[in-house]
Amino acid sequence: MRDNFSGLPRLVEVDRVSKHFGGVMAVDDVSCDLRPGEVVGLLGHNGAGKSTLIKMLSGVYAPDSGEFRVEGKPVAFASPRDARAAGIETIHQTLALADNLDAAANLFLGRELMTRWGTLDTPRMEHEARQIIAKLNPHFTQLHRPVKAMSGGQRQTVAIARALYFNARILIMDEPCAALGPAETRMVIDTIHRLKAQGIGIFLISHDMPDVFEVCDRVTVMKNGRVVGTEAVADVTQDEVLGMIIGGRQPAHRTARSPDLHPVLATGT
Amino acid sequence: MTTLSRPPAPTLRPSLQGFFQKTGFDPRFTSMLLVLLAVWVGLALMTEGTFLSPRNLYNLSIQTCVTGVMACGMVFLIVARQIDLSVGSLLAFSGMLIAYTQVVLFPPEAGWGWPLSIVAGLAGGLLVGAFQGWWVAYRQVPAFVVTLAGYLMYRGAAFLVADGQTLAPLAPDYQLLGGGLSGAIGPLWSSLLGLLACVFVVWQRVQVRRSRTAYGAEQLALWADGLRVLLQCGAIIGFVWVMNSYTAFNAQQERVGKGIAVPVLILIAVALAMSFVATRTRFGRYVFAMGGNPDAALLSGIPTLRVMLTLFMLMGALAALAAVITTARLNAGANSIGQMAELYVIAAAVIGGTSLAGGVGSIAGSVVGALLIQSLDNGMVLMDVSSAKRQICIGLVLIGAVWFDVVYNRRSSR
Repeated sequence: MRDNFSGLPRLVEVDRVSKHFGGVMAVDDVSCDLRPGEVVGLLGHNGAGKSTLIKMLSGVYAPDSGEFRVEGKPVAFASPRDARAAGIETIHQTLALADNLDAAANLFLGRELMTRWGTLDTPRMEHEARQIIAKLNPHFTQLHRPVKAMSGGQRQTVAIARALYFNARILIMDEPCAALGPAETRMVIDTIHRLKAQGIGIFLISHDMPDVFEVCDRVTVMKNGRVVGTEAVADVTQDEVLGMIIGGRQPAHRTARSPDLHPVLATGT
Repeated sequence: MTTLSRPPAPTLRPSLQGFFQKTGFDPRFTSMLLVLLAVWVGLALMTEGTFLSPRNLYNLSIQTCVTGVMACGMVFLIVARQIDLSVGSLLAFSGMLIAYTQVVLFPPEAGWGWPLSIVAGLAGGLLVGAFQGWWVAYRQVPAFVVTLAGYLMYRGAAFLVADGQTLAPLAPDYQLLGGGLSGAIGPLWSSLLGLLACVFVVWQRVQVRRSRTAYGAEQLALWADGLRVLLQCGAIIGFVWVMNSYTAFNAQQERVGKGIAVPVLILIAVALAMSFVATRTRFGRYVFAMGGNPDAALLSGIPTLRVMLTLFMLMGALAALAAVITTARLNAGANSIGQMAELYVIAAAVIGGTSLAGGVGSIAGSVVGALLIQSLDNGMVLMDVSSAKRQICIGLVLIGAVWFDVVYNRRSSR
């Protein structure tokens, strides 16, 4: 495979993970991986199993079978707290912000900075929030207002700041640009480039092909809970990726080499 | 990017808006205080001044305590999108436990019977709260159902404690907690306490200004913070002055001022403690986060179930504390106490700006809400309004308060 990451150790390995809800196989024998400084796009229709997969990675659900490994070590998350402790930060599509709280309270939600008396250190949290948000979005200064009074881009900034503040090594971004205007989308894309350069591994869920092709190194396409294939972005065209998403078809360079390869087996990296 | 950066209450006239922005006063709390003032003036006019007499205000302060103490817990529950309809019955049950401990288990002469009875009442409240919280948090039965069932069960349990009997009398020392004949701390202590409170208010504001400067946050104008301190100290001094002007004969047949009643001190202590919990502790932060967005709270790794359980236990303990005040004031335990208390408490919380949609509410607001609803009740009693008509009136006020909440939220989220 032609990419620059093959030599690096794997940050995350998803090894034959399955999850069902009642009789529905939401995630069926899925394997994929992520290396430091790499952006892997997780693509697929709604209901393809992407969200369930990342919810397992972020500790919301436990898998029925299969294993997650972080830097080679098997991990089992009982709660989102455990996933965060393992260095995995998730920016959910809904952003998971409490509308009634301000930026600082949301940024530190669940991981509050405390004074030595065991009380919330609000001034310090506000100070830290101000610092990190200024780096991401210098125009965003009114941090005192509740989140519900903020614009989409400002909310996204808070959500990204929350993921970055705690030195994540692995970042999961679920549709970070879905509700944003062009300028704000630019801000998110730039941020992704910067994080890549810092060696953070990113799983990116997106439906926007140009964005995917701009920032991703590889794409893992899912359909009906299974992996259709994982491809280096340099090897495929946007149309081929769309073919994988919609039809579950293998891209030309694979079918040319091994025409009767079963799609599910074509997940090798 | 800044298209949504409007001040919180865009419906206010610009001058008013500017005023709230400059002073940092909460528009909702301020308007509630103004409503309270208007109600007081109205009631004073309709009762030819009796309502505002020191004697009546002293009584009003005591009447507010039971509702106020429980409203402090109800705010937390409603903020977390829960409700407790059982607080009135729970009050009766804990009250009966207290009276039973004092009257039956220990004779009234035993000096340590009454502190133990308080422990018994609080333990009962905590246990019942844990029971309700467990069903809500770990068995996902809606709080509405669990506590509606509780409304029935604890009233029945209160009956069973003493087979429907009224238990009296209670220990004389214990009765002080209800603010009865000598249940106030006298003018000297009241004045000292008032002074201390004023010093605290000033000190706190200075601390706030200091930390704003230290972290480079926006600083309010000096006059704005000064106005706030002036109003707060004015309220404290006014309150102490009124309480001290209510005079009664003491044992030596001299007229002396009563001062602040003991149950009012309990309410103040509870309100301060709960405000502290709401704004300065992790637990309080989590409660607000759960109310604002339950999913976000879960995804942030907040132990939501444990917080929920704790919330109901807290409410149970506060209902038991309210039972202490009620029984001490009555000098008896009866299974009929605390009837309709749940309505008054929920009304106090909602009138005090607690949003039934969750995520919004304040302790100070709910105490003012309790004061407002008790003022209406008290005023109508003075005006000889029958209890049936008072119920109708309080019910209408509750609808009105929720309606205000709906309108306020719609306008401010537009």
